[in-house]
Amino acid sequence: MFDESLKSSALPKLAVWKFASCDGCQLSLLNCEEELLTVAGAVSIAYFPEATRGVVEGPYDVSLVEGSVTSPEEIERIGQIREMSKTLVTLGACATSGGIQALRNFADVAEFRSIVYAHPEYLSTLARSTPISAHVSVDFELRGCPIDKGQLLEVLAALVESRRPRIPTYSVCAECKRRGNVCVMVANGTPCLGPVTQAGCGALCPTYERGCYGCFGPQNTPNTAALSDQLVAAGMPPEVAMRVYRTFNAAAEPFRRESERQERAVAVAGKGAGR
Amino acid sequence: MADGARIIGREQLARLVEVLAARGYAVMAPTVRGGAVVLDEVHGVDELPWDVGDVQEPGSYRLTERGDGAVFGQAAAVKAIKPVLFPPDELIWRGHRSGTQFSVTDREGQPQRPVAFLGVRSCDLRALAQHDRVLADRAFPDTRYLRRREGVFLAAVTCADPADACFCTSMGGGPHPEEGYDLALTELVDPHRFVVEIGTELGAQVLAEVGSEAAAPEDLAAVRDQIASATERMTRSMDTDGLRDLLYASAESPVWDEVGNRCLTCMNCTMVCPTCFCTTVEDVSSLGSADAERRRVWDSCFSEEFAHIHGGSLRTEAKSRYRQWLTHKLGAWQDQFDALGCVGCGRCITWCPVGIDLTAEVAKLRAAAPLSVGGAR
Amino acid sequence: MTATLERPAQPDAMAPARYRIGRTRQDTRDTFTIELEPVDGPMLRYRAGQFTMLDAFGVGEVPISISGDPGRPGPLEHTIRDVGAVTHALITAPRGAVLGVRGPFGTSWDVADGQGGDIVFVAGGIGLAPLRPALLEVVRHRDRYGRVVLLYGARTPEDILFGDELRSWARDHGVVVEVTVDNGQHAWRGKVGLVTNLVPRAGFDPHATLALVCGPEVMMRAVAQSLVARGVPGDRVRLSLERSMKCGVGLCGHCQLRELFVCVDGPVLSYDRLASLLSVREL
Repeated sequence: MFDESLKSSALPKLAVWKFASCDGCQLSLLNCEEELLTVAGAVSIAYFPEATRGVVEGPYDVSLVEGSVTSPEEIERIGQIREMSKTLVTLGACATSGGIQALRNFADVAEFRSIVYAHPEYLSTLARSTPISAHVSVDFELRGCPIDKGQLLEVLAALVESRRPRIPTYSVCAECKRRGNVCVMVANGTPCLGPVTQAGCGALCPTYERGCYGCFGPQNTPNTAALSDQLVAAGMPPEVAMRVYRTFNAAAEPFRRESERQERAVAVAGKGAGR
Repeated sequence: MADGARIIGREQLARLVEVLAARGYAVMAPTVRGGAVVLDEVHGVDELPWDVGDVQEPGSYRLTERGDGAVFGQAAAVKAIKPVLFPPDELIWRGHRSGTQFSVTDREGQPQRPVAFLGVRSCDLRALAQHDRVLADRAFPDTRYLRRREGVFLAAVTCADPADACFCTSMGGGPHPEEGYDLALTELVDPHRFVVEIGTELGAQVLAEVGSEAAAPEDLAAVRDQIASATERMTRSMDTDGLRDLLYASAESPVWDEVGNRCLTCMNCTMVCPTCFCTTVEDVSSLGSADAERRRVWDSCFSEEFAHIHGGSLRTEAKSRYRQWLTHKLGAWQDQFDALGCVGCGRCITWCPVGIDLTAEVAKLRAAAPLSVGGAR
Repeated sequence: MTATLERPAQPDAMAPARYRIGRTRQDTRDTFTIELEPVDGPMLRYRAGQFTMLDAFGVGEVPISISGDPGRPGPLEHTIRDVGAVTHALITAPRGAVLGVRGPFGTSWDVADGQGGDIVFVAGGIGLAPLRPALLEVVRHRDRYGRVVLLYGARTPEDILFGDELRSWARDHGVVVEVTVDNGQHAWRGKVGLVTNLVPRAGFDPHATLALVCGPEVMMRAVAQSLVARGVPGDRVRLSLERSMKCGVGLCGHCQLRELFVCVDGPVLSYDRLASLLSVREL
């Protein structure tokens, strides 16, 4: 609040970095349009290849990191970025949980490699897609696929003002109910991951009468087992109950555990049927 | 039932909405939104849920066609009075910063039109009475609630067709509004008409503008039959005898572990509960702006953050949070406000995504407790 | 209940009064005392043990016990440990900066209730700050009390608060001051260990004692048990509880401990009312 050092002539230097990802989260920053000028007035954008060719050398006050770590080269690069960044904020499902590409964690990468590439021997890739926090310390994580631009602006504002970002860690249901929505799961029987998913999107999908598909990853105390039991009891086949957790945050620990629990249920059911 | 009951037809129901609107009220009445009946602003009776019924069971809500043309033939609406008088997000104050100084520039927010509720139930009125105790009758009352609460017009209806989730008769209520209304309607079909009881002078004035006739003895008998029939069909129940002591003595009961395993800690129960009142404050300021707002938003004891102090949350486990909710609602509330915090509307049962039923949890606690502290006989 | 509800106009307890920072004094490595003067109205009046909600504009609001002397005119004092964004903003605000203050809220130590008998203060860490107003009150009317003991536990010798005052209370006012630390370095010649260990040898008359305890909950529980075991009645042992608080007036619900709104019924509560509540995990 009164930390003037961040405000005067020396604006905090901001860098934006990309790892294995689709660029969608970085684009959220560009999509801020009206607010972008405010952002530009409050921070000095020192490295942002998506937006500008100018490069200002590190160190940086704030690094925003998009994407997951999927290659040996990326492990080295994230270490360097951490060293030259005072604050490191990860953006989106890839950077915070490994992203959709972490589906490889449940399969054999060598096999994918030989199917997709003519010369897989030129490819250097890791067996698992991992979040940034698996390699370096992270000061703040922004969830979502993509992130919510309001949350991004909130984190930047909080950094500039030296306060704690107001980013809730409870369920989507809280936002959904405050918004006045009628619960799609209870009123329509639409499967919804809202109860186990972290808020932040403003309950976007349920507002349009669709179930939440968990792109913000697990809320801070998710009871995935109880939700799955209810979904299965309501008629969802266990292989589907497994797949609903195998999306953008498949490798987030509570979602991974639950999809594997359902996978075992499928296997047991398969054995039973084969007998 | 009060003497001097009147009777109106469908045309006068339409006229009632017009008269209330002409008096400057925003008229909030049952209407269908997103596959459920909610209370929302209506501009005419054609927006009301004619011939719509509902089935409310643990974790499930479905609309039905009634076939008898009734307009108030549903049980508790998912949203009724609470979100209107106690909004989910409201301004506490707005301030402006200049260097290291600040001043409060706004404490009022947007002025709101007075509200007339049409079609609220006995459980809604009793929940409103609880909010009056909790928010208004305090050493430091909630001034924003008071401002909205003053000047509210209440036209209640008898709940002719309670849902499976309902248990208001256990909680000291019943299908028929007994007090706290300006007008109370009871809908009768074949022929379609509404018996109107007058609760206040204001209600009498409004009804005079609408026009009505004296109710006949047969009409009053039909109302009594409807109340008796609705009461009889309410089969869910909760034994409230010694409930506070039972809950206090059950703090370490294994029942909490079991329900904690099912609870999603998603907060839905507290958000739909018409008496839950917990809130938090959020400071909203945007990048580069010298203005900031303090807003009050609904919070819930099911959030881990709710009981957070320096060093961590005081209720990390789901079972602790469920225990807090139930013990407060049915036990501590009695010490704090000399009443039960539950009116038996059944919303928390219907709208829990996994169908946790507090009446069943209370029965389990009773079964697990020794006789001396209110255990099952 | 009536259909319409009418109440006389009430003041809004959620609106802050503006106070200006006079002096900020560094007490230890991470703890500071800020002095405040009202900008708009009169200085608030408070009783020892009460707290306010302190607001750093745009950053947030936190409950902080008042640590000054209620019996002496002067600035409003709060002793604050730098543990989060709001407390950091409060202690780094420059002289002249304006803060928001709501309150005072809650119950007090009511130390005068112990006149004619012995007084035992037991503090852990920053817990000495909420006790300071009561200590100052006792010191001012020293002759009205019997034996006065302060048992104080800090993490390290560097974390000891109000060192000059501790010496003055001991030297000039006949207060028995016993200090212990969790971790003593070579230069520390005092006691090392839990403050609870000081209770048995504190030399008070358990049947004519008022004990005021403030510190981490686990420490307060142990101290209260020890005091009660030595014969001090549960209703003569008072603790100051810490809970999450967003309003200070019993409306937000955060601070509830079963039937208690800690912000209104507390923060100071007698141990006989708390013993069974504090013994249940995560209540």
